[in-house]
Amino acid sequence: MTSPGTTRTDRRTSEDRRSAPVREEGVAPALAAPAPTDTRPPTPTPGRGSLGLWILLGLGLLLGSVLIALTIGPAAITPADVLGSAWHHSLTWLAERGVPITPAENPLTTIRDAIVWQGRAPRLLTATCVGAGLALCGAVMQAITRNPLADPYLLGVSSGAALGAVAVLLLGVAIALPIAAFAGALLALGATLALAGIGGRLTPARTILAGIAVAQACSALVSFVIFSTAQGDSYREIINWLMGSLAAAAWTSVAISGAAVVIIGALVLAHGRSLDAFAFGDTAATSLGVHVPRTRWLLLTLTALLTGALVSVSGSIGFVGLVLPHVVRLLVGARHVRLLPLAALGGAIFLVWADTGARTIFEPSEVPVGILTAAIGAPVFAWLLLRNRGAS
Amino acid sequence: MSAPPEIEVADLTAEGLGYRVESAELLREVSLSLRAGEVTGILGPNGSGKSTLLRVLIGALPPSAGLLRLDGTDARELSRRTRAQAMAFVEQEAHAEITLSARDVVLLGRIPHRGPFGGDSPADLALAQECLTRSGAAQLADRDFATLSGGERQRVQLARALAQQPRLLLLDEPTNHLDVAAQLAMLALVREVADAGTGVLMALHDLAHAAHACDQVLVLHQGEVAAAGAPADVLTPDLIARVYGVRAEWVTGRTGRTLLFTAL
Repeated sequence: MTSPGTTRTDRRTSEDRRSAPVREEGVAPALAAPAPTDTRPPTPTPGRGSLGLWILLGLGLLLGSVLIALTIGPAAITPADVLGSAWHHSLTWLAERGVPITPAENPLTTIRDAIVWQGRAPRLLTATCVGAGLALCGAVMQAITRNPLADPYLLGVSSGAALGAVAVLLLGVAIALPIAAFAGALLALGATLALAGIGGRLTPARTILAGIAVAQACSALVSFVIFSTAQGDSYREIINWLMGSLAAAAWTSVAISGAAVVIIGALVLAHGRSLDAFAFGDTAATSLGVHVPRTRWLLLTLTALLTGALVSVSGSIGFVGLVLPHVVRLLVGARHVRLLPLAALGGAIFLVWADTGARTIFEPSEVPVGILTAAIGAPVFAWLLLRNRGAS
Repeated sequence: MSAPPEIEVADLTAEGLGYRVESAELLREVSLSLRAGEVTGILGPNGSGKSTLLRVLIGALPPSAGLLRLDGTDARELSRRTRAQAMAFVEQEAHAEITLSARDVVLLGRIPHRGPFGGDSPADLALAQECLTRSGAAQLADRDFATLSGGERQRVQLARALAQQPRLLLLDEPTNHLDVAAQLAMLALVREVADAGTGVLMALHDLAHAAHACDQVLVLHQGEVAAAGAPADVLTPDLIARVYGVRAEWVTGRTGRTLLFTAL
């Protein structure tokens, strides 16, 4: 035995156990257990590769996807043209700031240059940020509500944003669409949290139910406004927005969604280990040192803010936030230090391709990308359900 | 008493602890102290407040009265993280909605000791393996936690708690749903943990088990302490009749003493 002075008899009969050498740091090592014989050398996350490799792979895939997607469309442009043009613009930018270099020639004509840099590039980068943010928010929501069906829109954020959007598009409220949508999202979030927190603790079940109530109320209002006022183009515009579309994405969209994803994403990633602690519920999380109510409020608010910012530029694109975390969990496991960054990368890659499909499959017209993500996401989700049937 | 004062201070003391939800008083005037190397049992009928007491002690429920001290410091002044570094808790039944391997579950125990970023250090992985071995679950490391039997889950959860390297281990009915052999194995494990210097507090239903496995017991009755002390002194037929409403008798067989119960 490794602890002298604490045999069973003297523990029961004498006081001298109190002066027995008290353990220095937690439990004494390997209680009489000899070196384990059947243990393989522990590997970091068994059989699933290291996080660094996965992130490199994901970043590579994402960069490749964006580069290839930039060349896809009615105007034939090669990756070399895109890279050459990017080189030209970088050098020109430097030259304009007094760096003594001669800009390289732009391989693209003015029109094609605009197609790439004013059309496709901001749209693809917005898709990258929105996809990454939605998948990240979905993974976080599923963890803090302990509900595999949770998605970023659970708190009524998207319905609130829709209310803001119809106010601009149909009722002619004179503010920028993203600002109105974001304001709507914040109002819905506030209403949900207030409703869930009234007279009790902010439990997952109460939060979900409050979110449903707020979402339904906002949806009813949105439907009523559309029904009573929309016609012609405005009707088409609002439906496009409600289903989620990146067609209107510009560099301002990239700035909004990018800033939100980078800032809030970093804060959320810092809670990876706390999210792991939620696996066995609130009491277990508390006993692992997590301040459960504070963490839940903080993460609910952060993800809702991020979702609101994303929805304000893209409308509510469905299924990315619900399905991607599940798919990535299958690949890399459920530990959040791994899951969160990789879900973000997966969501970005997925939405880049989904949006490329949305703008090219039905050329010359295009469909809202939300239709495509739902069309892909629904069967994947059904497959996940069937796959899990045996486990539960 | 010649022992130096810092050893006199119990690792965890509760003084006059109370917990109420609206008008219902679930715990009243509960006092106890836990020390390194000791196994303390919390006994009492269903609904007497055993689980509530454990939850108040680990900080999942805020006490409505009384004082909780960890190493002499008011627990309210300590961060959750500090408390989690000192105390680990194994719930009665734990299930996760997501797929985690047994090793993943054990690694959760390192959360209070690690910063927010980064994966598992080699030391963490080695410790997880060691704790699995200690709790007799080494061969389960790569299994999906959800597919384990009740006894296996209990061992893995115990390994998780050990990976927390706590000085105090709180267990809520660790023998629940286990067969006789697994119950005895679990209690033997608990004793080993205590012998290694950890203070153990566990809620138990089986009074005979408690008598064998615990150094001291605390009997709760309707949220109050009905009796506390060495099991032999506390678990008298009178007390059992008063608290549980059954007639009890100690009988001595060839394998030891146990309790027989009949309805009053």
